[in-house]
Amino acid sequence: MEETKYDFDVVRWFTIMAVVYLVVGTLVGVYIASELAWPALNMDLAELTFGRLRPLHTNAVIFAFGGCALFATSFYAVQRTGNTSLWSPKMAWFTFWGWNLIIVAAVITLPLGITQSKEYAELEWPIDLAIAVVWLSWGFNFIMTIAKRKTSHIYVANWFFMGMFVMITYLHVVNSLAIPVGLFKSYSIFSGVQDAMIQWWWGHNAVGFYLTAGFLGIMYYFVPKQANRPVFSYRLSVLHFWALMFGYVWLGAHHLQYTALPDWTGSLGAAVSLAMIIPSWGGAINGMMTLSGAWDKLRTDYILRFLIMSLAFYAMSTFEGPVMSSKTVNALSHYTDWTIGHVHSGALGWVAMVAAGALYHLVEKLWNTRMYSARLVNFHFWTSTIGTVVYITAMWVSGIMQGLMWRDYDEFGTLTYTFAESVAAMHPYYAMRAIGGMIFWLGGAIMLYNVIMTVRQASAQRSTATARA
Amino acid sequence: MAEKIYSTKLQDTAERNVFVMFVMLLVLLSVGGLVEIVPLFYLDETMESSRHPEIVWQNEGKPISVANFKVGDSITWKPGDGVRPWTALELAGRDVYQREGCHLCHSQMIRPFRDEKERYGHYSLASESMYDHPFQWGSKRTGPDLARVGGKYSNEWHRQHLKAPRSVVPESVMPNYPWLFENTVDGNELKAHMKGLRMVGVPYTDADIAAASKVDGAREIDAVVAYLQALGTMVNFKDGVDYRE
Repeated sequence: MEETKYDFDVVRWFTIMAVVYLVVGTLVGVYIASELAWPALNMDLAELTFGRLRPLHTNAVIFAFGGCALFATSFYAVQRTGNTSLWSPKMAWFTFWGWNLIIVAAVITLPLGITQSKEYAELEWPIDLAIAVVWLSWGFNFIMTIAKRKTSHIYVANWFFMGMFVMITYLHVVNSLAIPVGLFKSYSIFSGVQDAMIQWWWGHNAVGFYLTAGFLGIMYYFVPKQANRPVFSYRLSVLHFWALMFGYVWLGAHHLQYTALPDWTGSLGAAVSLAMIIPSWGGAINGMMTLSGAWDKLRTDYILRFLIMSLAFYAMSTFEGPVMSSKTVNALSHYTDWTIGHVHSGALGWVAMVAAGALYHLVEKLWNTRMYSARLVNFHFWTSTIGTVVYITAMWVSGIMQGLMWRDYDEFGTLTYTFAESVAAMHPYYAMRAIGGMIFWLGGAIMLYNVIMTVRQASAQRSTATARA
Repeated sequence: MAEKIYSTKLQDTAERNVFVMFVMLLVLLSVGGLVEIVPLFYLDETMESSRHPEIVWQNEGKPISVANFKVGDSITWKPGDGVRPWTALELAGRDVYQREGCHLCHSQMIRPFRDEKERYGHYSLASESMYDHPFQWGSKRTGPDLARVGGKYSNEWHRQHLKAPRSVVPESVMPNYPWLFENTVDGNELKAHMKGLRMVGVPYTDADIAAASKVDGAREIDAVVAYLQALGTMVNFKDGVDYRE
């Protein structure tokens, strides 16, 4: 019955691909993390070096995994909350194939060193054009589906997806403006300080809108659904939505404090960053308090555990972010592993875990079944949590240690450590980080296995049911 | 949650009409970027060269000719003469630097702190990367900053270091780059690159671009070393001058 009303096939495929890319993207991450601990792993092969694989890792986890998770959840939530089918299922399939082809192009070009060398926007101009087209196809379809909804008000999750759509479109178009000098080579039309500001306006808002606003959209649909309770506060969601939309845009400048970027810009970015803790925590509180009166569910519902733990990490990293953007802390933390740790407390703890919760929920709904193994879901939960904690702890220690070693003076007033000594001191933490990442990756691999088994089981049941009928 | 539903009229309209919400987002989301980015293009203080014009090399139509790469008969630019575009060979090296993702582990942006000054040199100026499309400031120092690495080590040291970093710095975690010693620079591609950069504002002369053909066939390692050796050597910093307020 459901099948006639909603277009879920494309959602199913996005769901499965999201899990596949979670495993692939984090595997590349584990590999490059290991290269920093054991450089022999670069194997003297250009295609395997850290410098070429790192963009593949970031693109795979952000755009392949994150993108598929966002498309799956947004196409699902917009239909369910609007009580309608997609505006154009055909266009949704175009988005699916287009996005996956872009991912294939990334997997081929990045290890070959074809890059614009702007972080998280490395893909060369022909792929950038394809991204723009496919991205617009998703956004247009999404908005038109909202327009044809049968409910009176637009549900809050969809506001966040829409905010993400508008901002990422702005960012991608402006930051990718480049002059092509060959099929696989272009130069940014901006240079130096302006290029830096535009890059980090993009860089921080890829985090702020793609990985935060978009995933808050996921949170606003899937937490209440899984907990089977309404969102804690409507008023809070209105306030923190508009505050987040307005405020996040300004934060990029905090990546460039004490650089050649004029001081006013960096300070402005830092000031707004400090204020952003309020809307960020507004979202975290709204999500967590949705469970108020039903906390006991956490004992039995493993999927809900993912969603709530993700909000805890979200609250933690959105506290850490403003702290790191304050000038005093930034002077120490910038250029160190602390930044990498911060990113991963958000990316592993928040993004991947809220997505995992949502994807498990989706699998159960889309295939109308229960997960093949609840114990494996629980096992995944613990590997994710422990892996993330090991990872970020290693990076806290190494980051702060780097910062302190670089600025340390001995009793004669000369620098205590050479740079090379600081590199050597990082080795145990780089090894520890690789192990944390491996634990996290293991959880993803188990999820993939669990999802495949669930789908197989569900289709087997369906075919026997049909046979009996 | 027996909470009263609070909603302003505007919010209610936005929630009922997707296009109203869409337009509200279009406007709201443009503000931060416009305020922080647009002024950087026209505020004079952004570039230190507006107050200290001597830090930018005035080529006056002369081709760039430097000691390690001669175009004309005489050298037109010496270290300290001011910020200039990359020569053909250096640009080829910079292309390799971009391709290999060097900026992911090496920053090119020295901050105005005592320890950074002692470790790397004078803090970086915005004008120093005015010809850098895209910028290469980086965001992470897994390895040391390279903004002023030019002239610190010999060419031979760089070659050895790029071939086998741990043979000169045992603690290093940098990959070996043996292929740079085999790959060669394509002069025609390089020409196209320089023409593209000229279109976005890098003041290359025809002679500069023509010089790309002389670089054709050069080993990538020589291009990379030329680029590294030029980094941070362009501005002659005078004692007691504060280039940034």
